[in-house]
Amino acid sequence: MTTPISYYLILSGIVFLTGIVGVLIRRNIIAILLSVELMLNATNINFVAFSDYFRDLGGQVFVFFALTVAAAEVAVGLAIIIALHRSRSTINIEEFNLLKW
Amino acid sequence: MSHLFFGYFASMIIATSILVVALKNPVYSALSLLVMFFHVAGLFVTLHAEFLAAVQIIVYAGAILVLYLFVVMILNVKQDDRYHNQWRAAGFVCAPLLIEAMVLLSGGAKARMTGTQAVPGPSAESLAPDNTLAIGQTLFSTYLFPFEVASLVLLVAMIGAIVLAKREIGEPDNPNPMLRTKAAE
Repeated sequence: MTTPISYYLILSGIVFLTGIVGVLIRRNIIAILLSVELMLNATNINFVAFSDYFRDLGGQVFVFFALTVAAAEVAVGLAIIIALHRSRSTINIEEFNLLKW
Repeated sequence: MSHLFFGYFASMIIATSILVVALKNPVYSALSLLVMFFHVAGLFVTLHAEFLAAVQIIVYAGAILVLYLFVVMILNVKQDDRYHNQWRAAGFVCAPLLIEAMVLLSGGAKARMTGTQAVPGPSAESLAPDNTLAIGQTLFSTYLFPFEVASLVLLVAMIGAIVLAKREIGEPDNPNPMLRTKAAE
């Protein structure tokens, strides 16, 4: 008796939606980056669930690459946050309107 | 039994991911994200991806989360700011996505009942018993070129992070011009 694949899809959909809501409603840049991590994890759950379903290791290898990209994204994102905090002394997203039209 | 494990991991993952978004203090958000990473790793174990579960804990919980916590503590922000006024945008994005997911999943269930399956079912042969060995063989044969590209991505991210975060030589601690002129006076 195995868990049906649709349960995993619903789970990862809920986690992904939580991430989207977090990106849209939080004002702290660090919380926004944490929400991006939530979205990446939701896709990872999908990849591994389908890898188990189709008995194909390609999904797990792609989770590996997603992890690499997540690590790179976190390093660059946190460096940008530190640079922003140094120039503006805040990490509230509403204080940054340089690229706003 | 597998339903029981899935129910526990799924409910904990959903609860902690909602906590990540809802909690006010970024440190608490990061810590509940840590709990979520551990439960995702547990879910990977139930899906026969033991190597990925270990990598998930080592890389996500061990490296990425520590980086987050370091930055939160370095910046030492006051937590007076919370949500901003994009509830309507969030609703407009999420409600159609949620409805779409429901429609797709219910349609998939109906198709399975009538026997017209769009995707092939699980194949008969099982995954290799040695997960790490199998992943290594796949990674270094089929996905060798993406693997090398991933190393390039990591190199670029490392250099980029250093360039972005470093302070120029001679640059003062607080570059706020008001404070600097005050100090000069």
